[in-house]
Amino acid sequence: MREAAVVSEPNPLQRIPGVAMVLVLLIALFSAIAPGFLSVANLSNVLVQSTILTMLALPMTLIIMTEGLDLSMGAVLTLTSLCVAIVSLATKSMLLGLGAGLLVGAAFGVANGWLVAILGIPPFVATLGTLGMAQGLSLIVSDGQSVVGIPHSVRDIYSATLLGIPVPIVMALVTYAAFHGLLYYTRFGTYIFALGGNREALRYAGLSPNRLLIAVYAIGGAMAGIAGLLMTARMNSGHPTAGLGLEFDAIAAVAVGGTSFERGNGWLLGTLLGVLSVGVLRNGLNLISLPSSVQVASAGVLVIVALFLDGLRSRA
Amino acid sequence: MTDITKGAIAPPRSFLSQDAVQLFYRLLAALLICAVLAVLSDSFLSLGNILNVLRQASLTFFIASGLTLVVLTAGLDLSVGANVALSACIAGTVIHKTGSPALGILTGLACGGIVGLLNGIMVTALRIPSFIATYGMLWVLNGLTYWYMAGETLHGFPAGFRQIGSGYLFGLPIPVYLLLVFLGIGTMFAQRTIWGQEIYAIGANPVAARLSGIPVARRLLLVYAVSGTMAGLASIIFLSRLNSAEADIGESLTLPAIAAVLIGGTSLFGGVGTVFGTFIGALILTLVLNGMNLLSVSANWQPLVTGVIVILAVWLDMKTRRRAQ
Repeated sequence: MREAAVVSEPNPLQRIPGVAMVLVLLIALFSAIAPGFLSVANLSNVLVQSTILTMLALPMTLIIMTEGLDLSMGAVLTLTSLCVAIVSLATKSMLLGLGAGLLVGAAFGVANGWLVAILGIPPFVATLGTLGMAQGLSLIVSDGQSVVGIPHSVRDIYSATLLGIPVPIVMALVTYAAFHGLLYYTRFGTYIFALGGNREALRYAGLSPNRLLIAVYAIGGAMAGIAGLLMTARMNSGHPTAGLGLEFDAIAAVAVGGTSFERGNGWLLGTLLGVLSVGVLRNGLNLISLPSSVQVASAGVLVIVALFLDGLRSRA
Repeated sequence: MTDITKGAIAPPRSFLSQDAVQLFYRLLAALLICAVLAVLSDSFLSLGNILNVLRQASLTFFIASGLTLVVLTAGLDLSVGANVALSACIAGTVIHKTGSPALGILTGLACGGIVGLLNGIMVTALRIPSFIATYGMLWVLNGLTYWYMAGETLHGFPAGFRQIGSGYLFGLPIPVYLLLVFLGIGTMFAQRTIWGQEIYAIGANPVAARLSGIPVARRLLLVYAVSGTMAGLASIIFLSRLNSAEADIGESLTLPAIAAVLIGGTSLFGGVGTVFGTFIGALILTLVLNGMNLLSVSANWQPLVTGVIVILAVWLDMKTRRRAQ
């Protein structure tokens, strides 16, 4: 039974408990057991490190709202990050690098959307296929090696500040504002709710669900391009496994944030809190010097628990 | 969503008409690839290379055969590759610690089976969509394996144990015999037992299956457990052939296994497909990758080609079925 499209912002009070409680619990836990967690330096570190994930998780929210999924995001980010590195290395221009990353990312996004909307291939398999393609292209363009020696103008993006705020955080905030505006204050945003909630209604309204769906996936690809710039800047190099598994963190953030996989209900602020939860979890586990493998596993557990709770809620 | 008449309108599945034609096309494709490769590369038709293709295809087939049952129920198991890695590392440790290959083999199979069972529980009891549940499991297993191995590599196993993956019997590699055995068991199970037929029924229409008294949850648990156990078996073959185990061995196994299932004509939407088709699928995929290798195309191209093949296979499947309707 599908609900009608939800147009207005859902009542936050119903949802805040879940994800905000997770975040508060995690912060309380690590404040207690991880020395140095509550320091300003560490907290701003968590924020800066969460910016790349924010740029993936926000479009992932839109995609999941359409009852879709994009497993290729991490691999596409790897590829765009390499494109940024290679082009900026060749042209000495950060903007051309960003342009290349955006172009490649958007192309993959359009391809994903085309496979899902026009060919009707289930999203998780279509994007699994493009995951393989992006991964293969990353290995091919880099020949399996790191791309080093990229210009300072790229690296500086990660370390520069604007009015005392690190530039990555500014970029993440602008991105959030843009997505918030897009989803809740434009007609396109309303259509996104309808894509997941009631696709038939779109057809009766004379709109093309296919074109809208392609646009949603294209936004995801383009955001992976921008995130690729940040990734290259952060690592000061391009690496053929840089984004491995990041799509999973994004899915985890969306799931923890209370966006449902089945009913076209999405909540962007929840996703943002979900991103911070994943960031705090990783940072805290790192501080109490658990190996990164445990961090990887914990994200997996987080998703399963979040989906289980979502299932309970939807049955209740 | 809950249409109990779905699947009932289609004419009853007859194994000798529609499916046989589909299989015939796939065999033809495999032969065509062989012919092209034989022309392009001198070494393709050498005995050594052909045995190598069969051995490689058998590894993909072990993982893909269990996966076929999952896909027949309209599910997906994305954790198989990571499951192979964890099972191989645990089985390898047991063999090292106890010196007993038999104990190691049992542990590997058990580890794979337990992981599969957990997947099944998530899908049935917790009602998480299978691709998300097993995708979460993938990362849990990756984390566990890396933590367990802590960057170490296990290697050096007893000669007897290594025979399983690298030995020969009457001129054929031992994995090829195992392949034939499991191809037979899998086909018999799916086609000739009640449980197998119930699995097809669940994939074709879960609601109708439940209403006609099939214990859907128990069959699903079985299917995921079998998929996990087959990953455990693959881990043993892998371990004994490479004579070593590392945490990252599973990363390049999942996509080829899924590709083999889909090339073999098993539909992602459930209820259609055969284990024998998956065998042909594994053969076709291995032939393509082997051919690229012989033509000295860099191994870096393999994920790209596999990804394209996955998408093409699903698209072709959907096209033929749309035409059939």
